[in-house]
Amino acid sequence: MRRTPTESIESHGRISRRSLLMGSAQLGFIGLLGLRMRHLQVNQAEQFRLLAEENRINIRLIPPARGEIFDRNGVLIAENEPSYRITIVREDAGDVDTLIARLSELIELDDTSLNRAMTEMRRSPPFLPITIADRVSWEEVSRVAVNAPALPGVTPEVGLSRRYPMSEDFAHVIGYVGPVSDYDLSRIEDPDQLLRIPRFQIGKVGLEAKREEFLRGKAGAKRVEVNALGRVMRELDRREGQQGADLQLTIDHQLQAYTQARLGDESAAAVVIDCQNGDILSICSSPSYDPNLFVRGISVADYKELTGNKYRPLANKTVQGTYPPGSTFKMVTALAALEVGVVDANDTVWCPGHLEVSNRRFHCWKRAGHGHMDLNKALRESCDVYFYDLARQVGIDKITSMANRLGLGIRHDLPMSAVAQGLTPTKDWKQQVRGADWVVGDTVNASIGQGFVLASPMQLALMTARIASGKAVTPRLIKSINGAENAAEAIPPVDINLNHLRQVQQAMYAVSNNRRGTAYRSRVIEDGYRMAGKTGTSQVRNISAAERRAGVFRNKDLPWERRDHALFVNFAPYGNPRVAVAVVVEHGGGGSTAAAPIGRDITLQALYGGMPPLSAYPNKDRAHIKEQQDRIRRIMPDRNGIREGRA
Amino acid sequence: MSYLEYTVKTAPSGFRKILFLNWALVMLLIAVSGAGFLMLYSVAGGSFSPWAEPQMKRFAMGLVLMVIVAMVPIWFWRNISVVAYSVSLVLLVLVEVMGSVGMGAQRWIDLGFMRLQPSELMKITLVMILAAYYDWLPMHKTSRPLWVIIPAFLILLPTALVLRQPDLGTSILLITGGAMVMFMASVHWAYFTAVIGAVGGLVVAVFQSRGTAWQLLKDYQYRRIDTFLDPSSDPLGAGYHITQSKIALGSGGWTGRGFMQGTQSRLNFLPEKHTDFIFTTLAEEFGFLGGAFLLGLYALILLFCIAAAMANRDRFSALLILGISATFFLFFSVNMSMVMGMAPVVGVPLPLVSYGGSAMLVLMIAFGLIQSAHVHRPR
Repeated sequence: MRRTPTESIESHGRISRRSLLMGSAQLGFIGLLGLRMRHLQVNQAEQFRLLAEENRINIRLIPPARGEIFDRNGVLIAENEPSYRITIVREDAGDVDTLIARLSELIELDDTSLNRAMTEMRRSPPFLPITIADRVSWEEVSRVAVNAPALPGVTPEVGLSRRYPMSEDFAHVIGYVGPVSDYDLSRIEDPDQLLRIPRFQIGKVGLEAKREEFLRGKAGAKRVEVNALGRVMRELDRREGQQGADLQLTIDHQLQAYTQARLGDESAAAVVIDCQNGDILSICSSPSYDPNLFVRGISVADYKELTGNKYRPLANKTVQGTYPPGSTFKMVTALAALEVGVVDANDTVWCPGHLEVSNRRFHCWKRAGHGHMDLNKALRESCDVYFYDLARQVGIDKITSMANRLGLGIRHDLPMSAVAQGLTPTKDWKQQVRGADWVVGDTVNASIGQGFVLASPMQLALMTARIASGKAVTPRLIKSINGAENAAEAIPPVDINLNHLRQVQQAMYAVSNNRRGTAYRSRVIEDGYRMAGKTGTSQVRNISAAERRAGVFRNKDLPWERRDHALFVNFAPYGNPRVAVAVVVEHGGGGSTAAAPIGRDITLQALYGGMPPLSAYPNKDRAHIKEQQDRIRRIMPDRNGIREGRA
Repeated sequence: MSYLEYTVKTAPSGFRKILFLNWALVMLLIAVSGAGFLMLYSVAGGSFSPWAEPQMKRFAMGLVLMVIVAMVPIWFWRNISVVAYSVSLVLLVLVEVMGSVGMGAQRWIDLGFMRLQPSELMKITLVMILAAYYDWLPMHKTSRPLWVIIPAFLILLPTALVLRQPDLGTSILLITGGAMVMFMASVHWAYFTAVIGAVGGLVVAVFQSRGTAWQLLKDYQYRRIDTFLDPSSDPLGAGYHITQSKIALGSGGWTGRGFMQGTQSRLNFLPEKHTDFIFTTLAEEFGFLGGAFLLGLYALILLFCIAAAMANRDRFSALLILGISATFFLFFSVNMSMVMGMAPVVGVPLPLVSYGGSAMLVLMIAFGLIQSAHVHRPR
């Protein structure tokens, strides 16, 4: 409808008034915005600029390279190798599922690690890179890199990862590393920021764990400019960290490999110690496992196989396993008796095959009896009655004192996991632990290394080394740290009469070289390399009266876990002792048949620094020794630690 | 009909109309958009792609559209305003029914060459129909309840549809923009007081309904309001946007960090850096002076619009100009309040500066309408 001019003018006037009002309100608000801007940008500028710097600059830790581990000849045992991994940043990735589908066409993704990555991804903030594939090959990395445009948020990264080129041979010594777990964090009070790095590898077991403080090194740091997603845009400056210290072991990798191979599939342990300075030249527990499996993250199936094996591959039997030393303990009883003076080397004891002690009959292993026995014969033929008689007169306290001086019942300071103390019983100990009085029968049992006495193979080797050298040597595993010799202090002589030691050494020589010696069959005929040893067969069961009546079962008729342990200790060469060896074959049967041959082979290998000539062996052994040497030679590494068939 | 007020003969005709455009306004638009190109170039890390170049093309297209719209006599636009409004309404219903889902809200219809946001269109057509309505309505009826309810209904209908999408920012813009047109059309004070009182009541209702089965807003909208009220409560979550935006803004200082030197925006600390939060980039890189300069440009645009409206004796034209400029004002003031932490993050772009297709085109068409009103004003 048509507006009258008056109406038009009124409309115009009203609109003008209201628009002026509205306009001023709008300008007022603009002024307000300006003031707010001024407040933020001028008055609070300093504060916000600081916040912006904080936003922008991020301090990142540079993980140090872990120290490497070498054998005594400088051959690598634990090294760091570059490892490539593929990471995903969820925020950049967009649709993670299709991305993974695309990725799986390029590289192999296994379900376990994929599941782990997905869980991790759900738990962590979206901008953190999550490892989706670890240890991918260079080829796979390049395939991912080429296809990068189609894979948003996917980055190949390079890091250092632990590798054990010797595989099984050093598993129990070195242990292995693994990513820090929540459990580790709660257990160790270590303020080191490095542990906060996801999947940072620390020593879990063995030397890797025990000498973590040397091996780990110090973290470096870099200041980086990051964007809101945490992606590094550029590096501003960096302070290099300190690489972990390199450790050199006293172990000879070739001897170690030989020993491991010689133990074979037996559930056994062997230790070779330098008699003069306590250097551990070889320390093997069998069966072993591949520590690399743990570094990579062992599969459930593999782990089950290891834990389910009745031979206990994960246990380090050399220091952790303790066994009744059996007859190898007789040197201790002998030395204690000589020291106390209850017996002279020439005094004889009549062995009728048993001894009555407080109305209990203790049997000799030889039911028919040994007849007249002096010290040399008793040790040589391992007569039990002779030592029963001695022990009864000497008492447990003197025997324990002697055992301790020889290194038994003492927890030695070795950088290995679960080093056992063993057990040299005392009257107080029995009272406290068993709540019963010590009886003579206990002493009698202890005299032949049965009853309460327990020792680890490492302790037995150490005992033998002390008997052989007369020096109170202590075991040493680390030869040098970062090239600086881990100097052993001057070794004091062992607190035992040297004459007595010599008498025992002579008897041990007879064990291996006298026609009637229990280890005569495992003798060495090469002069200058002759051994002195002692066999041991320790019972792991009580022989019941019924069994005794029925006639004792032969070992091989028993189930494996009830058979006797076979032990053998020796030193060589006699007269100029260099190495002491202890071998324990779990449930192996007799010491002379199951353990002594292994002890001899290892000893010769150590003395010759390689495969011994067949001429060192008695004639009738040579054929099968040659065969055995050929078999082992095929799987042995060379001087530089390189195995045939491996690049 | 009121178009008889025009003395057609006095209006310029043919291409001479171009000479009668409000050129000052055109220059201001170019200046503001230029600032936008600069910032889009900067946030892309010194590159015309992916944002600056399409934005420039779109602006050029928008300028052409603006001139074309300006060439068409204003009475034509008034006559089709009912149709335009109806079409926008139908489109809004259409997105509700079949629109593609984007960013958690159904907002656009894919036309193939561009994504059309009917809510953008509605901002203009709502102003058009309201202006036409008050042009048609005899002046003395303006404040009568019945005649107030009709425009209120016209406003609330699209607002309800937009709120359902849900797009809180646009619904606030629609309702406030519409109310401003009504205010210019001299609707009585009492109505506005009543509505403001009612809104206060609604706010209470919104908060009271939270967590119940009939809660009025989506959860994320509640969270945005929460974090607006206390941004530090959740600095890495929803409060992140506001906190980061304030940090970027604040670190600009007086003169800024310099072109392309703004670390916060370049390093992606800023969310939506090329759209809703582009002002923070400008303020970080050019500081308070740069920000105030842009604010000044906006103020000038408003002033020129108001001047144009006051110089226009045609009721429809004046109301249209004022309505569009009010919507424009709401756009940038809500956006700036948001990035400066004075309002919750509601998702309103900075007009002419933020990257975005349909917003830019619709805005240029709106300015075309203003130009048309200006060119064809009664002399």
